[in-house]
Amino acid sequence: MTTPLLKVENLRIALAGDGVTYDAVENVSFEIGRGEAFGLVGESGCGKSITALSVMGLLRRPLSLAGGRIILDGKEIQNVSAAEMRRLRGKRIAMIFQEPMTALNPLSPVGRQIAEMFVLHEGANWNEAMDRAEDALRQVRVPSPERRIKDYPHQLSGGMRQRVMIAIALACGPDLLVADEPTTALDVTVQAEIIDLMAELCAAKGTAVLMISHDLGLVANMCQRVAVMYAGRIVESQVADAIFATPTHPYTQGLIDSLPRLGERARRGRQKLSEISGVVPSIANYPAGCRFNPRCPAVTDVCRTIVPEATPLPADGVVRCHHHG
Amino acid sequence: MSLALKLPRLRLKGGTSLWVGGGLVAIAISSAILAPWIALTDPVLDANLMNAELPPSWEFPFGTDAQGRDIYSRIVWGARVSLSVGIISQICNSLIGVTLGLTAGYWGGWWDDLVSGLTNLMLAIPSLVFALAIMAILGPGLVSLVIALGLTSWSYSCRIARAQVLSLKSQGYIQAARILGYGDLRIMFTQILPNILGPLIVIATLGMGGAILAEAALSFLGLGIRPPFPSWGSMLSEARDQITTAPWLSVFPGLAIFFTVLGLNLLGDGLRDYLDPQSTTRRG
Amino acid sequence: MAEPLLSLDDLAVHFKVGNALAGGIKTLKAVDGVTLDVKPGECLGLVGESGCGKSTLALAIMGLLPPTRGAMNVDGQQISGATPPDRMKMARTVQMVFQDPYASLNPRQTVRRTLADPLRLHGITDKAEVEARVIDMMAKVGLRPEQADRYPHEFSGGQRQRIGIARALILKPKLVLCDEPVSALDVSIRAQIINLLLELKDEMGLAYIMISHDLGVVEHVSDRVAVMYLGRIVEQGGWQEIFENPRHPYTRALIAAIPDPFHRAAISADAKARGEIASALNPPSGCHFNPRCPLKADICTAEYPAFGEVSPGHRAACHFRDRVG
Repeated sequence: MTTPLLKVENLRIALAGDGVTYDAVENVSFEIGRGEAFGLVGESGCGKSITALSVMGLLRRPLSLAGGRIILDGKEIQNVSAAEMRRLRGKRIAMIFQEPMTALNPLSPVGRQIAEMFVLHEGANWNEAMDRAEDALRQVRVPSPERRIKDYPHQLSGGMRQRVMIAIALACGPDLLVADEPTTALDVTVQAEIIDLMAELCAAKGTAVLMISHDLGLVANMCQRVAVMYAGRIVESQVADAIFATPTHPYTQGLIDSLPRLGERARRGRQKLSEISGVVPSIANYPAGCRFNPRCPAVTDVCRTIVPEATPLPADGVVRCHHHG
Repeated sequence: MSLALKLPRLRLKGGTSLWVGGGLVAIAISSAILAPWIALTDPVLDANLMNAELPPSWEFPFGTDAQGRDIYSRIVWGARVSLSVGIISQICNSLIGVTLGLTAGYWGGWWDDLVSGLTNLMLAIPSLVFALAIMAILGPGLVSLVIALGLTSWSYSCRIARAQVLSLKSQGYIQAARILGYGDLRIMFTQILPNILGPLIVIATLGMGGAILAEAALSFLGLGIRPPFPSWGSMLSEARDQITTAPWLSVFPGLAIFFTVLGLNLLGDGLRDYLDPQSTTRRG
Repeated sequence: MAEPLLSLDDLAVHFKVGNALAGGIKTLKAVDGVTLDVKPGECLGLVGESGCGKSTLALAIMGLLPPTRGAMNVDGQQISGATPPDRMKMARTVQMVFQDPYASLNPRQTVRRTLADPLRLHGITDKAEVEARVIDMMAKVGLRPEQADRYPHEFSGGQRQRIGIARALILKPKLVLCDEPVSALDVSIRAQIINLLLELKDEMGLAYIMISHDLGVVEHVSDRVAVMYLGRIVEQGGWQEIFENPRHPYTRALIAAIPDPFHRAAISADAKARGEIASALNPPSGCHFNPRCPLKADICTAEYPAFGEVSPGHRAACHFRDRVG
């Protein structure tokens, strides 16, 4: 077994509130191999985005890293200096965000923003860098890149901006691309194209992907392995196909069963959707024991008091439920 | 999440100015209400030339004026004038400003253009000059003072109300109210107004300080309250000849104006933080 | 055959945008000639991406935007651009559920007031009757009577959406327009709201217009489906025809764009659309979809295709509607 590209061990992220400190993320561990696409799925507030930020070294107060290790290519990076982290970002790990407009500099032409990566991280001169920026735009299939290179971000549509973001992120051939809800702000037909583009480019360059999304279907389509987060913890992680075929945690089962799926009605007629009762708990009121217990159909006394341990599943899968096995 | 951190600081800031400002304003209001009981002498009738221009002493804590009247008692009674001018004129300003701002923002079109133009016009003319002109026409006196100040500085509340309406107009609950068949006025006054009251109260409070200053200025110029009944501005006006020989004549009314206006401004700032929509949602 | 509850005939909503001095005034044809009807008790799904005009169409149906041309007939009442609708009668016939459960409730009104005020406005002044109807409505949407005096911020997103539904139904309308009713909610909450909407439809005999970009939801709830692209309906038909035998390439692209981990949908990946949605300010000549269409031919840039019949009740605006699929 070779060393994984990214290994996150027992990650704990603290949220400082009104005189109290909450655990926003607790005991999160996962590994991403070279060139592998890994998905982190969960609802808003489950801690998936801040997990991604911690990998990028971008946690800001009131959030802080409270424990655990983040190992990139065998080297611990959770405590490296800010300068070292800046070198890693862009060159080794890159990130794309949900809303590309906020991540692009509105006052600079997009070509220049891509070229800057080559100048900054590879010491290229500007002329050479601009030529490479044009190539990069061509790679992300921006039509007529020789003209687009001079455009400012506001002149591009949302989908085009996200393509530019991908071009910037992949410019220096990073080992890992962190994508936080990269297509949530886009229309479905555009979303499909962007996902295909990301998958294709990353496969061609051997870039590993950490994909953050609330859409289990989208993640399962793009990633080889998927972890499901609920209320700050990973409740289940499995190979992508297996998570749909044999979801093991009651939360994952509930999520998959509750979504109306295309083609289902034609096959089986209209069935009542199965519901997950209750609401997502807020961070100040996380229940004791298994955090899903107030909403779980299989809840027993042990769930209300004891945090379930990780139980191994086939193919490196993991589930945290008292009622498994 | 960042709110969680900001909140304690906000609360403290809102808290201090709210309490200090509220305290100062409460003192001014209670002295106006309690004037017949806490004043030592009658502010007008108890003139005694034997006691003229005495410096502060145990008998006359703030000294006496040229006619031998107790300054302290005159300031306590004068609070009635200053505060009622401030409050009544601000109620007028708010009513005019909010009505115009609400309707202009909600209806838009030519009415909005008209109101916005009028607002800009009002902002371009110094309101004191405007009030002076009105006073010149109506003649001096309490009623004309209130009218002059009540008609000349509604542009701030109008602007605030209009801007707030524009930002609320497209909210779902406003659309829902229209769909439920609510009339325009009902929407403006039951759906929009309660949600924009916070900033309007702040503006009115700050405006009250301005009105008290304007009253002082107009009275100082002899256009406001006529002697012998005291107002803080007319007391200052009468004292200007003796400012070197009997400084207490101008210092104490000046301090009364200073602390009341300061109190109103602090109260306005405190209310702004307290009524901040973010902190109200966080309270829940 | 029942009379349609709502029928639109060539309805259009155009906006003048731009500045006469800078660049000139252009016409934005947000809705450009929509003809459709909704019968009592049926659910019409309205599908489309951003800029397709579905939200503008919704506002026009609700009487919040005057149509530029065309006619609208609501429960037997003719409404044209020239005559503003009788809002009180409209209110008792057509109601709306909004997308954002946070912005759609007045933060200073309790649930009781939100539900009771419309009743009083519509002439129900008897205190006991108002109270009874409020409590009854709350029970129907799954809220407890003791929650009546609470303010919106005391509720979760899903509960707020229940309040929004209760407000829409309190006047016992015949048609409810649901504008993306679940897309702002947590994934694990959506099934509850969809089930509730379907239950209420049967219980109160409601007709729905279900606007959504989530095809799974639309297929689950709709009897008929209309697909919009750049201001026009490009395909319309029974839910089964639309999802099992779509004839417009855009409909096929929408379906192909859905991540489909089960590989069950009838459409293959080669139907995906290319490029970006054009601006409604400057739509492509001929068929608006032609720059993105995999079937594009010369005729597609020359003339807008007729909205021709594929089978009874199933129409598609494509030159190749009989050859698609």
